[in-house]
Amino acid sequence: MSNSNFTRRGVLKTSAVAGAGLALPTIFTNRANAFTNEPTGSTVTLGFNVPQTGPYADEGADELRAYQLAVEHLNGEGDGGMINTFSSKTLDGTGILGKKVEYVTGDTQTKSDAARASARSMIEKDGAIMITGGSSSGVAVAVQALCQEAGVIFMAGLTHSNDTTGKDKKANGFRHFFNSYMSGAALAPVLANAYGNDRKAYHLTADYNWGYTTEEAVRNSTEALGWETVAAVKTPLTQTDFSSYIAPVLQSGADVLVLNHYGGNMVNSLTNAVQFGLRDKMVNDKNFEIVVPLYSRLMARGAGANVKGIYGSTNWHWSLSQGFTTPDGTEVAPDAASAAFVKSFGEKYGFPPSQAAHTCYCQTILYADAVNRAGSFNPCAVVEALEGFEFDGLGNGPTLYRAEDHQCFKDVLVVRGKENPQSEFDLLEVVEVTPVGQVTYDPSIFGGDLGSCNPGA
Amino acid sequence: MDAILLQILNGLDKGSAYALIALGLTLIFGTLGVVNFAHGALFMIGAFCAVTLQRFLSLSFETVDPTQTDFLGNPLKVKTPYVEHWFGPEIGGAIIDWSVPLAILVAIPVMVAVGFIMERGLIKHFYRRPHADQILVTFGLAIVLQEIIKYFYGANPIPTPAPDMFAGSLDFGALVGMAENSIIYPYWRLVYFAFAAVIIGSVFAFLQFTTFGMVVRAGMADRETVGLLGINIDKRFTIMFGIAAAVAGLAGVMYTPINAPNYHMGMDFLVLSFVVVVVGGMGSLPGAVLAGFLLGILESFASMKEVIDLIPGINQIIIYLVAIIILLTRPRGLMGRKGVMEE
Repeated sequence: MSNSNFTRRGVLKTSAVAGAGLALPTIFTNRANAFTNEPTGSTVTLGFNVPQTGPYADEGADELRAYQLAVEHLNGEGDGGMINTFSSKTLDGTGILGKKVEYVTGDTQTKSDAARASARSMIEKDGAIMITGGSSSGVAVAVQALCQEAGVIFMAGLTHSNDTTGKDKKANGFRHFFNSYMSGAALAPVLANAYGNDRKAYHLTADYNWGYTTEEAVRNSTEALGWETVAAVKTPLTQTDFSSYIAPVLQSGADVLVLNHYGGNMVNSLTNAVQFGLRDKMVNDKNFEIVVPLYSRLMARGAGANVKGIYGSTNWHWSLSQGFTTPDGTEVAPDAASAAFVKSFGEKYGFPPSQAAHTCYCQTILYADAVNRAGSFNPCAVVEALEGFEFDGLGNGPTLYRAEDHQCFKDVLVVRGKENPQSEFDLLEVVEVTPVGQVTYDPSIFGGDLGSCNPGA
Repeated sequence: MDAILLQILNGLDKGSAYALIALGLTLIFGTLGVVNFAHGALFMIGAFCAVTLQRFLSLSFETVDPTQTDFLGNPLKVKTPYVEHWFGPEIGGAIIDWSVPLAILVAIPVMVAVGFIMERGLIKHFYRRPHADQILVTFGLAIVLQEIIKYFYGANPIPTPAPDMFAGSLDFGALVGMAENSIIYPYWRLVYFAFAAVIIGSVFAFLQFTTFGMVVRAGMADRETVGLLGINIDKRFTIMFGIAAAVAGLAGVMYTPINAPNYHMGMDFLVLSFVVVVVGGMGSLPGAVLAGFLLGILESFASMKEVIDLIPGINQIIIYLVAIIILLTRPRGLMGRKGVMEE
């Protein structure tokens, strides 16, 4: 008769203890490596954290398409896209530092807590060396802080609030996308030129961080040119019908309505404003005008014909690939980098990329190049390689990753809803390419502290 | 004064939507005793009937225009809707332009069928279950329905404009001798308000002046006795579920030009509509309509800058605040009957 010391209860207890030990986040146990998730095999894993569900799911899907395209190009597949036009020539189709690029994805749901959870999972369970993506400033700030603590690099996706590289900036975080300040600085002169310096503006502002910084930026810039702000009203983020906020606008004496809204809010508030016939009205002997500081082509589709003639700004637009003539007659030649990206993306997916897709593709390429130049995946080496890095050939012209706040500085596009679109993608036209000098600011004005880079383990 | 008039007008169309959804909710609750959290999804499906018809009428064939190029520099493929090809640009264009009102004809049978399938296929199994179970299952159903819509139509809002003749707004102020532009009101919102009034009136007339309506009202008052008289009240209640679904769906169809529909629009209205039902009085049809308009108007007032400046954040809580006050002073709601949900 055999006599075993194993009991069912004992095995369960031992399994539970062992399981708990194994389940401990590697972030806390991986002390042998020089930095968090140091790649030791022949591959390296990137974490793409995008909204796959929720209101920005379509934008997230476009981001994911761009990331997949970037991975293909980094691994030497496809036509190479903007790697061919990028001014830095370290990327040769052999992955990053010779390691094949793999990726995992997470769903931010455009919720800070969900985004942090998915980023944490990708870092701890999947060994992601870098996290990138997102379509919201709230998410970007939350995930950036997590990456700083975890010791991985965060390459922000679509985030426009000044705070991401202002008061909430972190040493491990980098933003290629432009911000509210830049939108205001680029838009104001164009608006003054189009509508005059004697205007009264009424702001409707989404009641969250991005809305505040956008309102502040546009107010400051337009008031400096002589406009008066007659009122600024905060609207709940969950608002769907803006009629009760729009109806009093004409009574206020304002002759311009600035909609500091994004996404579904923008679509609804703009649709409501057009329904109320605001653009057909004359106030103060002037045509009533509407301005949308941050445009997204994907969102503009939702507003349909309502965007016609309305000014806004954007980080990049696919029409750069074809060249265009601005209203003042300036000929802008086709941009080779944008053309390469639109070709790669368009041939693979059948439609042109959005600005969200563009910024995400660029961030992946910039990270890979920085690692190659640094000769290491160590986040501190990557930070050093990206800080003060000047580059060209990624669709926005000469660009600087400023060392002081990890914000990219490049030309900003002022766009207008197209009167006679040729296709469903042809919604916006670029009316001015605002030179980078006009949108550059002192990094100290938004406060915050980068701190020092954190390599993690 | 004109600011007050303006917000009353604004509240009317918002209240119309609340009232129409709450009316359907109350019909279902009053007849079947089911708390239907999927009712917002019916509103959303109605809206997507309009989207689908617009897409169907806009089905196009492509011709290559060598004089223009697409985003890849290839010759542009120009789309021409079949209806414009068949009937000419003017008539074809008008058919597409009127796709939202035309969608009413599509939405009625679709929504009645959806309501019938929903009731027979799922909800009837929960008649004798606790309200908590009903809420859980119908809320789950709502999520499933909205995810199905998102799968087919995407997450972004889809523009579904009103016919061109309803574009722009009426200068109501100038019409009544006030200053120009003091009170403006979009034409389509006037249409929506009138449409809601007709639907609400029709439902009341149907219940009040038809034999079917009389039996349903009797069933709402005492289901067992009506059953003992040999009347198949269950069958009639199933039909009422279909009618309630159609009311919600029509509210959704006509709402599409006001806000571009997306998969989440039903949820946006659902909670507020339940507050409307509770404030109006559970099971009371006139209460639901009255509370819908009352809360719509109050919400509009709370959005005024002067009010927000005085009480910051009031625009986000006004409906719930008023609901608390009404329920504290009148626990059965504005027009609630004794015994409903009190067992």
